[in-house]
Amino acid sequence: MDYSKAKKVLEVSHLKQYFNIGKPNEVHAVDDISFDVYEGETFGLVGESGSGKTTTGRAIIHLYEPTEGKIIFDGQDVSKLNTKEKRQHFRREMQMIFQDPYASLNPRMKVKDIVAEGIDINHLAKDDADRSKQVEDLLETVGLNKDHSSRYPHEFSGGQRQRIGIARALAVQPQFIIADEPISALDVSIQAQVVNLLKKLQKENNLTYLFIAHDLSMVKYISDRIGVMHYGRMLEIATSDEIYAHPLHDYTASLLSAVPVPDPEYERARVQKDYDASQEFDGKERKLVEIVPHHWVRASEDEIPMYKERAMKESRLKDED
Amino acid sequence: MEDERNILEVRDLKIDFKTYAGRVKAIRDVSFDLRKGETLAIVGESGSGKSVTTRSIMGLLAQNAVVTGGSIEFKGDDLLKKSDKQMDAIRGRDIAEIFQDPMTSLDPTMKIGKQIAEPLMIHKGMKKEKAYAQALEMMKLVGITDAEKRINNYPHQFSGGMRQRIVIAIALVNYPEILIADEPTTALDVTIQAQILDLMKELQEKINTSIIFITHDLGVVAGMADRVAVMYAGKLVEYGTVDEIFYNPKHPYTWGLLNSMPTMDTTGDELPSIPGTPPDLLDPPAGDAFAPRNPYALKIDTEQEPPFFKVSDTHYAATWLLDERAPKVTPPEPIIERQKHFKELTAAALKSHKNQHVNEQEEQL
Repeated sequence: MDYSKAKKVLEVSHLKQYFNIGKPNEVHAVDDISFDVYEGETFGLVGESGSGKTTTGRAIIHLYEPTEGKIIFDGQDVSKLNTKEKRQHFRREMQMIFQDPYASLNPRMKVKDIVAEGIDINHLAKDDADRSKQVEDLLETVGLNKDHSSRYPHEFSGGQRQRIGIARALAVQPQFIIADEPISALDVSIQAQVVNLLKKLQKENNLTYLFIAHDLSMVKYISDRIGVMHYGRMLEIATSDEIYAHPLHDYTASLLSAVPVPDPEYERARVQKDYDASQEFDGKERKLVEIVPHHWVRASEDEIPMYKERAMKESRLKDED
Repeated sequence: MEDERNILEVRDLKIDFKTYAGRVKAIRDVSFDLRKGETLAIVGESGSGKSVTTRSIMGLLAQNAVVTGGSIEFKGDDLLKKSDKQMDAIRGRDIAEIFQDPMTSLDPTMKIGKQIAEPLMIHKGMKKEKAYAQALEMMKLVGITDAEKRINNYPHQFSGGMRQRIVIAIALVNYPEILIADEPTTALDVTIQAQILDLMKELQEKINTSIIFITHDLGVVAGMADRVAVMYAGKLVEYGTVDEIFYNPKHPYTWGLLNSMPTMDTTGDELPSIPGTPPDLLDPPAGDAFAPRNPYALKIDTEQEPPFFKVSDTHYAATWLLDERAPKVTPPEPIIERQKHFKELTAAALKSHKNQHVNEQEEQL
C-alpha cells in the first residue's frame, strides 16, 4: 500500500480515556495515543488484557466521551456530531463486530429482525419485500442460508452467530468496521472461515477495518499495519511484516517471543525475551517517533539514537539474508 | 495393565448424554494410554469430547451422562467401578485437575492459604500447622512472591496469572500421579501463558507427574506434549508422538487443523479452512464422521468407519487413505513441507543412532 497517496479515514490524536476521574480508583485506560487508519486497510490493535485496546475501539465508535484528544472520522470530529443527520450518518458509516457471539445477539429476536434493525432505523428499505430481499442477500453474503432468517440465535453455532453479527454490521453499508476480538471465541477451524469471510468482504466492499485482538499470529495475517498497546499507551506502529520481522521496542519483541508456534522443534529451542515494564515509568517524556519510514516507536529524546541504531542493525541483517 | 509404563489405560470408552432430543453420543469408543511422567495432549474442537473424556477419568460426569461401555484402569483398578466415596479419596490425591478459568475454580470467600492446605488436611489428615507450612512451600514453588504475607489474601487480590499459579499449587500439593489440565492457559495473556507453561514443565520434572493436557491451541501442544491425540466427533482420529503428529500427520482432519492456524509466515489471500461444521452427535453419520468436511473423502468413508492403521509403533491414524487399496493422494502443500522435514529428522536420528553405536563399539574395543 502506498501510504503517501492513501486517504486517512480515521485520525486519532492524543486520545485520553480516563475513568473515575478524581476518585481514588481513577484509571487511565487510554493515555495519550495517536494513530491514523487509511482507507481500505486493516489496522490491527494488539496488546494484553488491560492494555486499553478495547477502550480505544469503544472511544472511536463514540461509546465514551473522550477525556481529552480528538477522533476525526471522515473529516468530522466524532465528539461534535451536533445534528441528528450527522449522528445518523456516523452510525451508518461505522459499525462494530463483537467478541462474544452469544452475548451480542438478542435471544428473543429472529435473525431477520436482528440483521434488519439497522435497515429499519435508517429507512434503507422501500417496503417489506425489499427488506426481506436485503436480509436474504446479506445472509447469503456471509455464507448463511436465506432460510435461516426466521430462526432464533440459539439455533446457531458460534461461527454461524458470528456470521449473523457480521451481516448485521454490513446491513447499513458501512465503510469502517471495528472488529473487537471477532474470532477469539471460535474454534480453530471456524476462525479461519470467519477470517476468510472478513477478508473477502473487505475486498468486495472496500471496507476499512480496525481489528482488535490478542492472537498475534492471526493479527499478523489479517492486518496491513499493526499498533502495539501496553498500559494504555501505543508503543510501536509499523506494517505487519516489519513489526514481526524487526520489532524495535523491547515489549513488542517480548510479546512476539511468547507466541506459541505449531512447530515442536521451534518450541524446544524457544527463548522467551523478558521485558521490564518499569522502563516505561522512569518519568521521561516519550512520544511516538518515526525511526525509519512508517515505523514508529514510543521513545524519549535520548532513546532515539538507540532505536535508530537498532533499526540499522536489523536492516543490515535483512540485507545479509 | 498391558504395559508396565502405563499409569492409566482407557479402553473402548463410550459415553452418552441423555437429553430431551435423544441420546447424544459424546464419546464413541475412545482408547488411549497415559505413561508415567509424560504429557499427553488431547486436541480437538469444542464438542469433540476432550473434556468429557477427562471428566470421566475424574468421576465428575454430569447427572445426565451414561457410561455405556469401556473401562478406565488406573494402576490396575477400573475407576468406572468405584463408588462416589472411593472417587472422593482418589480425586485431589492421585488425580488432580486444573481448569480453564482461575477465577471460578477458586473459592472467593476463602483465604488462599486454606485453599492450598485443605487437600493436605483432607487426604493426608495433616494437622493445620503442618499443612499450612507445606502450603507455604508450595506457594514459593509456583512462584508467588512474598508468600508469607500473601497466604492470608483472598483470590480477588491476585492477577489472573497469579490465580492460575494458586490453582496449580492446590492441584499439585498432594503430588498427584496424574494431573489433568483442561485449557489451563486459554484465559491468560500470551506472556503470562508462557510463564505458566514453563512452570508446569518445571514442576512436572520435580514431582514426576503425568499430565493430560487439553487444548485447542496447537502452538501450546507443540511446546508441551510428548504425545498427541487428535479427537473429532467423539472419537480419536490420530495419535502419535509430538513430532509424528506435527511433521508426519496422516489424517485429513489433522492436516486441516495444522493448516488453518496461521503462523507468523502465513501470507496469501485465503487461509486454508475446514469447510462446514462438526456433525450432530445425536445422530452420528454412518462411516467416517469427518467425511462431509473432508476434501479427500473416499466412497467407503460414507459407508464404513475406518479402523486405526499403523504408521509406526507409536503412530496410528483412523483414515481409509492409509489402506493399501486407497488411491494415492497429495496432501496440501504445507503438509508436504512438514513431511519433508520429518524425513530429514528421522534420517538425522538414524545417523546419530548409528554413530552412537559405532562409538560404543569403539569403546568396547
